Amino acid sequence: MTIESDPSNIGVVRTAVEAFGAKHGFTRDQAEKVGLAVNEALANVIEHGYQGDVHQPIEISMDVLEADGCGRPALRLVIRDFGRHVDPACIKSRNLSDVRPGGLGVHIIRSVMDDVRYRCVPEGGMELVMLKYMANVQESIP
Amino acid sequence: MNLRDFINETGPVKSVDLKVDRAEVKLLNDIDMNCSPYVRTVMVELTSRKVPMIRVDLTDVPHMDSSGLATLVEALQRVKRYNGNLVIFGLQQRVRSVFEIAKLTELFTIEGGAATDHG
Repeated sequence: MTIESDPSNIGVVRTAVEAFGAKHGFTRDQAEKVGLAVNEALANVIEHGYQGDVHQPIEISMDVLEADGCGRPALRLVIRDFGRHVDPACIKSRNLSDVRPGGLGVHIIRSVMDDVRYRCVPEGGMELVMLKYMANVQESIP
Repeated sequence: MNLRDFINETGPVKSVDLKVDRAEVKLLNDIDMNCSPYVRTVMVELTSRKVPMIRVDLTDVPHMDSSGLATLVEALQRVKRYNGNLVIFGLQQRVRSVFEIAKLTELFTIEGGAATDHG
Protein backbone atom coordinates (compact mmCIF):
# COMPACT_ATOMS: atom_id res chain seq x y z
CA MET A 1 0.00 0.00 0.00
CA THR A 2 1.04 3.59 -0.51
CA ILE A 3 0.04 6.35 1.88
CA GLU A 4 0.66 10.04 2.19
CA SER A 5 3.04 11.10 4.94
CA ASP A 6 0.19 12.42 7.06
CA PRO A 7 0.36 11.38 10.74
CA SER A 8 -3.35 10.61 10.65
CA ASN A 9 -2.50 7.62 8.43
CA ILE A 10 -0.23 5.98 11.00
CA GLY A 11 -3.05 4.40 12.98
CA VAL A 12 -4.70 2.99 9.87
CA VAL A 13 -1.50 1.28 8.75
CA ARG A 14 -0.74 0.01 12.23
CA THR A 15 -4.18 -1.57 12.50
CA ALA A 16 -3.81 -3.18 9.06
CA VAL A 17 -0.40 -4.60 9.95
CA GLU A 18 -1.67 -6.03 13.22
CA ALA A 19 -4.61 -7.66 11.46
CA PHE A 20 -2.27 -9.12 8.85
CA GLY A 21 -0.01 -10.56 11.53
CA ALA A 22 -2.90 -12.05 13.47
CA LYS A 23 -4.36 -13.56 10.30
CA HIS A 24 -1.07 -15.31 9.64
CA GLY A 25 -0.78 -16.91 13.05
CA PHE A 26 1.15 -14.37 15.09
CA THR A 27 0.05 -13.94 18.67
CA ARG A 28 -1.80 -10.79 19.62
CA ASP A 29 1.22 -9.58 21.57
CA GLN A 30 3.54 -10.18 18.63
CA ALA A 31 1.18 -8.54 16.16
CA GLU A 32 0.88 -5.50 18.44
CA LYS A 33 4.64 -5.21 18.72
CA VAL A 34 5.00 -5.32 14.96
CA GLY A 35 2.30 -2.66 14.73
CA LEU A 36 4.23 -0.53 17.21
CA ALA A 37 7.40 -0.88 15.15
CA VAL A 38 5.57 0.18 12.01
CA ASN A 39 4.06 3.11 13.88
CA GLU A 40 7.54 4.26 14.95
CA ALA A 41 9.05 3.71 11.53
CA LEU A 42 6.36 5.78 9.81
CA ALA A 43 6.70 8.54 12.39
CA ASN A 44 10.45 8.65 11.74
CA VAL A 45 9.92 8.89 7.99
CA ILE A 46 7.45 11.74 8.43
CA GLU A 47 9.58 13.62 10.93
CA HIS A 48 13.08 13.03 9.59
CA GLY A 49 12.72 11.84 5.99
CA TYR A 50 10.07 14.33 4.97
CA GLN A 51 10.57 16.85 7.77
CA GLY A 52 6.87 17.11 8.47
CA ASP A 53 5.63 17.42 4.89
CA VAL A 54 2.31 15.55 4.99
CA HIS A 55 1.88 15.03 1.26
CA GLN A 56 4.80 12.78 0.39
CA PRO A 57 4.50 9.09 -0.52
CA ILE A 58 5.38 6.19 1.74
CA GLU A 59 5.19 2.65 0.40
CA ILE A 60 4.50 -0.19 2.80
CA SER A 61 4.56 -3.86 1.93
CA MET A 62 4.26 -6.91 4.11
CA ASP A 63 4.49 -10.62 3.55
CA VAL A 64 5.20 -13.82 5.40
CA LEU A 65 8.49 -15.61 4.77
CA GLU A 66 8.63 -19.37 4.87
CA ALA A 67 10.03 -21.04 7.96
CA ASP A 68 13.73 -20.55 8.62
CA GLY A 69 16.14 -23.26 9.80
CA CYS A 70 14.47 -23.18 13.20
CA GLY A 71 11.05 -23.78 11.69
CA ARG A 72 9.82 -20.26 12.32
CA PRO A 73 8.06 -18.25 9.67
CA ALA A 74 8.66 -14.51 9.74
CA LEU A 75 6.61 -11.44 9.07
CA ARG A 76 8.51 -9.08 6.78
CA LEU A 77 7.72 -5.39 6.48
CA VAL A 78 9.28 -3.04 4.00
CA ILE A 79 8.87 0.71 4.35
CA ARG A 80 10.11 2.85 1.49
CA ASP A 81 10.25 6.62 1.39
CA PHE A 82 11.51 9.13 -1.12
CA GLY A 83 12.87 11.68 1.32
CA ARG A 84 16.39 12.57 2.21
CA HIS A 85 19.16 10.05 2.66
CA VAL A 86 20.23 9.23 6.19
CA ASP A 87 23.41 7.26 6.81
CA PRO A 88 22.16 3.91 8.16
CA ALA A 89 25.12 3.84 10.55
CA CYS A 90 23.71 6.95 12.21
CA ILE A 91 20.29 5.40 12.84
CA LYS A 92 20.84 4.01 16.32
CA SER A 93 19.12 3.71 19.65
CA ARG A 94 20.04 6.42 22.08
CA ASN A 95 21.28 5.97 25.61
CA LEU A 96 18.13 5.48 27.68
CA SER A 97 19.82 6.67 30.85
CA ASP A 98 19.77 10.11 29.27
CA VAL A 99 16.17 10.87 30.23
CA ARG A 100 14.69 13.33 27.80
CA PRO A 101 11.67 13.55 25.52
CA GLY A 102 12.10 12.10 22.05
CA GLY A 103 14.52 9.80 20.29
CA LEU A 104 12.92 6.59 21.50
CA GLY A 105 11.52 5.41 18.18
CA VAL A 106 14.62 3.58 16.91
CA HIS A 107 15.13 1.96 20.29
CA ILE A 108 11.55 0.68 20.23
CA ILE A 109 11.88 -0.64 16.68
CA ARG A 110 15.09 -2.50 17.47
CA SER A 111 13.65 -3.84 20.71
CA VAL A 112 10.50 -5.36 19.28
CA MET A 113 11.73 -6.60 15.88
CA ASP A 114 14.19 -9.44 15.30
CA ASP A 115 16.00 -7.95 12.34
CA VAL A 116 16.11 -4.29 11.26
CA ARG A 117 17.97 -3.02 8.22
CA TYR A 118 18.04 0.46 6.75
CA ARG A 119 19.54 1.31 3.40
CA CYS A 120 19.81 4.35 1.18
CA VAL A 121 18.14 3.71 -2.15
CA PRO A 122 20.36 5.02 -4.95
CA GLU A 123 17.37 6.53 -6.76
CA GLY A 124 16.51 8.50 -3.63
CA GLY A 125 15.02 7.95 -0.22
CA MET A 126 15.39 5.16 2.29
CA GLU A 127 14.22 1.61 2.65
CA LEU A 128 13.65 -0.14 5.95
CA VAL A 129 13.25 -3.91 6.07
CA MET A 130 12.09 -5.43 9.36
CA LEU A 131 11.56 -9.06 10.30
CA LYS A 132 9.62 -10.55 13.17
CA TYR A 133 9.89 -14.30 13.67
CA MET A 134 6.87 -16.15 14.90
CA ALA A 135 7.27 -17.24 18.50
CA ASN A 136 6.94 -20.95 19.10
CA VAL A 137 4.06 -22.25 21.16
CA GLN A 138 6.05 -22.21 24.40
CA GLU A 139 6.97 -18.57 23.94
CA SER A 140 3.40 -17.68 23.08
CA ILE A 141 2.03 -18.76 26.44
CA PRO A 142 1.93 -15.69 28.69
CA MET B 1 -5.04 29.71 26.85
CA ASN B 2 -8.44 28.18 27.41
CA LEU B 3 -8.08 24.51 28.27
CA ARG B 4 -11.59 23.84 27.06
CA ASP B 5 -10.46 24.48 23.50
CA PHE B 6 -8.40 21.30 23.70
CA ILE B 7 -10.95 19.04 25.36
CA ASN B 8 -12.98 16.79 23.12
CA GLU B 9 -15.33 13.91 23.89
CA THR B 10 -13.70 11.92 21.07
CA GLY B 11 -10.17 12.47 22.37
CA PRO B 12 -7.32 12.60 22.69
CA VAL B 13 -7.97 14.82 25.75
CA LYS B 14 -11.42 13.77 26.88
CA SER B 15 -11.52 15.81 30.07
CA VAL B 16 -9.49 17.93 32.44
CA ASP B 17 -10.74 18.18 36.00
CA LEU B 18 -8.83 21.19 37.30
CA LYS B 19 -8.93 22.09 40.98
CA VAL B 20 -6.84 24.56 42.95
CA ASP B 21 -4.15 22.09 43.87
CA ARG B 22 -4.59 19.24 41.41
CA ALA B 23 -5.73 18.23 37.98
CA GLU B 24 -6.86 14.99 36.47
CA VAL B 25 -6.43 14.58 32.73
CA LYS B 26 -8.36 11.81 31.03
CA LEU B 27 -6.97 10.70 27.70
CA LEU B 28 -8.90 8.74 25.09
CA ASN B 29 -7.95 6.56 22.11
CA ASP B 30 -4.53 6.12 20.54
CA ILE B 31 -1.85 8.56 21.57
CA ASP B 32 0.49 8.74 18.63
CA MET B 33 2.20 11.35 16.49
CA ASN B 34 -1.17 12.45 15.17
CA CYS B 35 -2.61 13.53 18.50
CA SER B 36 0.29 13.86 20.92
CA PRO B 37 0.57 17.58 20.11
CA TYR B 38 -2.90 18.15 21.63
CA VAL B 39 -1.92 16.28 24.77
CA ARG B 40 1.33 18.20 24.94
CA THR B 41 -0.49 21.54 24.71
CA VAL B 42 -2.67 20.63 27.68
CA MET B 43 0.25 19.33 29.73
CA VAL B 44 2.33 22.42 29.00
CA GLU B 45 -0.57 24.61 30.08
CA LEU B 46 -1.10 22.72 33.34
CA THR B 47 2.61 22.74 34.17
CA SER B 48 2.85 26.41 33.26
CA ARG B 49 0.20 26.98 35.94
CA LYS B 50 2.37 24.90 38.29
CA VAL B 51 -0.48 22.61 39.27
CA PRO B 52 1.00 20.68 42.23
CA MET B 53 -0.49 17.29 41.41
CA ILE B 54 -1.34 16.14 37.91
CA ARG B 55 -2.89 12.74 37.42
CA VAL B 56 -3.14 11.28 33.93
CA ASP B 57 -5.80 8.64 33.35
CA LEU B 58 -4.81 6.21 30.58
CA THR B 59 -7.65 3.74 31.15
CA ASP B 60 -9.11 4.38 27.71
CA VAL B 61 -5.83 4.57 25.81
CA PRO B 62 -5.32 1.32 23.89
CA HIS B 63 -2.08 2.35 22.19
CA MET B 64 0.73 4.81 22.80
CA ASP B 65 3.86 5.38 20.76
CA SER B 66 7.13 7.19 21.46
CA SER B 67 5.58 10.59 20.79
CA GLY B 68 3.14 9.92 23.64
CA LEU B 69 5.98 8.81 25.87
CA ALA B 70 7.94 11.92 24.96
CA THR B 71 4.97 14.10 25.85
CA LEU B 72 4.69 12.53 29.28
CA VAL B 73 8.47 12.64 29.89
CA GLU B 74 8.48 16.33 29.06
CA ALA B 75 5.53 16.92 31.38
CA LEU B 76 7.27 15.01 34.16
CA GLN B 77 10.40 17.10 33.76
CA ARG B 78 8.37 20.32 33.87
CA VAL B 79 6.51 19.16 36.99
CA LYS B 80 9.74 18.25 38.76
CA ARG B 81 11.09 21.74 38.15
CA TYR B 82 8.52 23.15 40.58
CA ASN B 83 8.53 20.10 42.87
CA GLY B 84 5.11 18.95 41.76
CA ASN B 85 3.91 15.41 41.15
CA LEU B 86 2.80 13.62 38.03
CA VAL B 87 1.02 10.30 38.39
CA ILE B 88 -0.17 8.09 35.58
CA PHE B 89 -2.69 5.33 36.07
CA GLY B 90 -4.97 2.92 34.27
CA LEU B 91 -2.34 1.63 31.87
CA GLN B 92 -3.54 -1.18 29.65
CA GLN B 93 -1.00 -3.99 29.28
CA ARG B 94 -0.13 -2.90 25.79
CA VAL B 95 0.65 0.63 26.90
CA ARG B 96 2.54 -0.59 29.93
CA SER B 97 4.75 -2.72 27.69
CA VAL B 98 5.74 0.40 25.72
CA PHE B 99 6.83 2.05 28.96
CA GLU B 100 8.78 -1.11 29.80
CA ILE B 101 10.50 -1.24 26.41
CA ALA B 102 11.56 2.39 26.86
CA LYS B 103 12.64 1.62 30.45
CA LEU B 104 10.42 4.37 31.82
CA THR B 105 8.48 2.44 34.45
CA GLU B 106 10.93 3.44 37.18
CA LEU B 107 10.89 7.08 36.14
CA PHE B 108 7.15 7.58 36.50
CA THR B 109 4.84 7.10 39.42
CA ILE B 110 2.46 4.53 37.98
CA GLU B 111 -0.57 3.60 40.03
CA GLY B 112 -2.23 0.23 39.85
CA GLY B 113 -1.53 -2.88 37.84
CA ALA B 114 -2.21 -3.27 34.18
CA ALA B 115 -5.82 -2.70 33.29
CA THR B 116 -7.53 -5.17 31.00
CA ASP B 117 -7.08 -4.28 27.38
CA HIS B 118 -10.32 -3.04 25.94
CA GLY B 119 -9.51 -3.75 22.33
